[in-house]
This record gives sequence, structure tokens and C-alpha cells, in this order.
Amino acid sequence: MSTMLILGLETSCDETAAAVVADGREILSNVVASQATVHQKYGGVVPEIASRRHLETINAVIDQALAEAGIGFADLAAFAVTYGPGLVGALLIGVSTAKTLAYAAGKPLLAVNHVDAHVAANYLEHEVTFPAVCLVASGGHTSLLYLRRRGEAELLGATRDDAAGEAFDKIARILQLGYPGGPAVEREAVRGNPEAYLFPRAKALQDGNFDFSFSGLKSSVINTVHNLRQHGEPLSTADVAASFQAAVVDILVEKTALAADKTAAQTVLLSGGVAANTLLRRRLAEVLSAADRLLLCPRPELCTDNAAMVACAGYDLYRQKVFAGLDLNASPGLDIFQQ
Amino acid sequence: MGVLPIFNGKWMVVARTCSEEQTEALGRAVGERLFPGAVLLLEGALGAGKSVFARGVARALGISGPVRSPTFTILNVLEGRWPFYHFDLYRLDDETALLELGMEEYLDGEGVCAVEWADKFSALSTVPSLSIRIVRVDEHCREIMLAAEGLEYKNVCAALLPKGELTGASAGD
Repeated sequence: MSTMLILGLETSCDETAAAVVADGREILSNVVASQATVHQKYGGVVPEIASRRHLETINAVIDQALAEAGIGFADLAAFAVTYGPGLVGALLIGVSTAKTLAYAAGKPLLAVNHVDAHVAANYLEHEVTFPAVCLVASGGHTSLLYLRRRGEAELLGATRDDAAGEAFDKIARILQLGYPGGPAVEREAVRGNPEAYLFPRAKALQDGNFDFSFSGLKSSVINTVHNLRQHGEPLSTADVAASFQAAVVDILVEKTALAADKTAAQTVLLSGGVAANTLLRRRLAEVLSAADRLLLCPRPELCTDNAAMVACAGYDLYRQKVFAGLDLNASPGLDIFQQ
Repeated sequence: MGVLPIFNGKWMVVARTCSEEQTEALGRAVGERLFPGAVLLLEGALGAGKSVFARGVARALGISGPVRSPTFTILNVLEGRWPFYHFDLYRLDDETALLELGMEEYLDGEGVCAVEWADKFSALSTVPSLSIRIVRVDEHCREIMLAAEGLEYKNVCAALLPKGELTGASAGD
């Protein structure tokens, strides 16, 4: 039986990535050129720099991915690319490159939704028992998905305002902890008391649906910090960071566990940059194991943006014969249910 | 929620809101008087209520779904009575980025633009627009200054006042 090789491309935000994956499972190469150090000095992603950097690095990243896999263009069966959601200028670099390669090689083009790709990251490492529920939480997304089987995702809920990772970034800025905010808040929180401040969870948790809201929590943290500073009272950034992190984790864990209950999911998958948060993984594992559910999570480099997950999701599209035309365009506001 | 007129070279009104709901309602009141091609420039610190105000505008345009933060994507396009172009310049630091985004095409377009963190870029201050500056008074209350740059925006401000009039004489100069 011949193996099917797919080249994945990912340029939706600040990573330029290319990867070769065999049969939607085996990673032959996974190259990521991160711009995190460039963005660190600006305290965030700089989109205009991001698209220029993508353009400068994408060819080298693809060459390296092919070289590490020990293959040439002729060995590839298809080209998978993230076409949304993301920054329009950044997405266009990946989409244009993939279209060109697919046309030149005369092979299928596979249009991958970035959130689907985060889900698929789990299939690179785990045999998943379905039905499953997946929480994708990152700087740009907070979505809960129901998975009937591999490649069949249904959106249960998503954030109504800010993404979980965005809340981490903004609180990190308020507390002057640096960028990226997730790891910065987590490091600071280690020394803090998570019960020092009771930040609101209720508004985010009420009404029994699977949508998330983090803007109320963000406002509450900002108010607390303002009030302490205004009154010249001592401000323990560690306590604020720990209390904020505890609230975010509570909201994510509670909604995810509820979704697993309601859908009778066997397995819960976690993905996206926020999945790297230790407290989230520990609390979610505790809650789910009490209900005899298994929590699966890819290793950290597959949780954050990468192209192996794109190739993996592309493999599912290939098997379903869902091919994109060469008129494919970037779709920055793409939702998971708009496929 | 009180609204007062001011005149200091620009047509302005000042409103005070004391809840998120009131800030959203003010956004809705402004949104109801907007027109295709209208531009709103929003400024205010993190957590001031820019997104809440923008959500009110979106509601006035007939958009009922979630109005998610555009921080990550810089621009969210929502379909309402007219297209709603919701910008967030929080992560931009370079004026050339506005050009690369093709922002002027949206500003001259047939939709309504709401631009958060607009004050980061002086180039935007010459665009005919309604600027909305939100200042935190305390935990709940905000002072919201609306300044019209252009006659059609003056009318938007005037409509917020009880008598629907905004004149130099009544502005107490």
C-alpha cells in the first residue's frame, strides 16, 4: 500500500509553517519559523510585519520541510493550506503559495479551516474514541466542538467577545508582564494566591449554552487593578495573575465538562495555545476523570500554530474528496460552521 | 444618562453612562443615525468600553449575532443594513500598516466603519468622522465625548440631545 503524502502550509497569524505528513498520521517534517521574538518588542503581533515576514520565509520553510522529509514535490499527493480565520494579508501568502504549487504539480488543493486544524492536531498523536468534544483555545479562538467522528465537526459554542488567549495577553499588558501573555501570566501566578480576588465567573457561565465570554472578566480585573492603584494600595501582580487565571480556567473547565456530559462524549480533546496552560490541563483532567472521561492533548509544539495539523486536517478533506478550486480566496472571518 | 452640548471649535456632545448597558444604548442611538460611508473613531484605555459601544452600533445596523473582538484579526466584517467594518488597531504600531490593510478603501466604502484604538494613528484624525473618546470615571461610569468632524456628523450629535438641536449659541461659549 502506498503512503499518501500531504504538504501542509500555515500562515494565518505569526508563524510561517510547512510540514509533510504521511497518511494523516505520521509527521515526516514539521517546520515552524516563529515571529514571536519580532513581536515581543511590540507587545503583540504586528500584522504588516507578519505578512512581509511570511513572504520572505515561506519558500525556505517549504524547502526545509521537503528536505527533512527526504522527498520532492513530485512525491506529494496534495497541498493543504489554512484559508481562514486569521489576518487577511498573512492568510493570502499561504493561500497563494498553495494554489501555485497545486497548479504547477497538477495535484489537489485542500482548503483547511484553522480551528479544524487545531482539532486534527490530536489525531497526529492519539487514537481518539468518538464521539468526542474538543476545546480549542488560543489568542484568536475559543471554540467548543462536537466530533461525531474524525473530520466531522459541529460547533457547540464559541466566544461572544474576547478569546481566552486574548484575555491573557491583555491582562499581561495591564500587569506589565510582557508578551506573549499566556506564559507570562502563568509564571507570575505560580507565586500568587488564586483566592486573593474573586473575579466573576457567573456571567460567563449562566444560560446553559456553550458560548464563552471573557470581556466581563477582563473589565473586572482592570477595575480591581485601577482601584488599587488609584487608592495607592499595594498591588500584588502575582495574586491578580493567579486569581485571573483561576477564573479563566474555571470557565473553560466548567463549559467543557458540561459539553462532554450533554453529548455523552467518550473523549475530550484540548488544543490551541492556551492548552499549554498547566492549571487548565490539570483541572480539566481531574474533572473529567471523575466522570470516567479521557482527556487528550497534543504535545505543546502541536498545540500552537503549526502546519502538521493543517496537513492532517487536509488528509480528512482528501478522503472525503472535498477539493478546493484554484479560485480559493483567504477568508479572514471564517467560522467553523461556514464550510 | 445625560447628554450635554459643547462647542470649542468642533461640534461636540458629552454623555455620561453608568453601566455597560447604557454605553451600548448610546452606541445604538448613534448607530441609528449613521449612513453608508460613516466613520467612527473610538479611543479609550483597555476596558473603557470601546467594544461595548461598537456592539451598540452593530445592533442599530440590525446585526443580532455576537460582535466578537477584532483584536486578533484586526478587521471583522459583519453584515447588517450596511456592512459593518469593525477595526481594532490595538496590535498595529506602524502607519504603513493602515495602507497595507487597504484601510482607506473601507473608510471610503459603502459600509459603516468603527475603528478602535484610532488615536494611535494621527493620519486618521483628518478623516471626516465622529470621534468617540471614552474616559473611565469609576468602576461603572464613563464620560463619553463625541466630536463631529463634518456636518453630517454634527447632525448625529445633535440628535442625541433632548431638543435635537446643536447650535453655537446654546453651547455656552
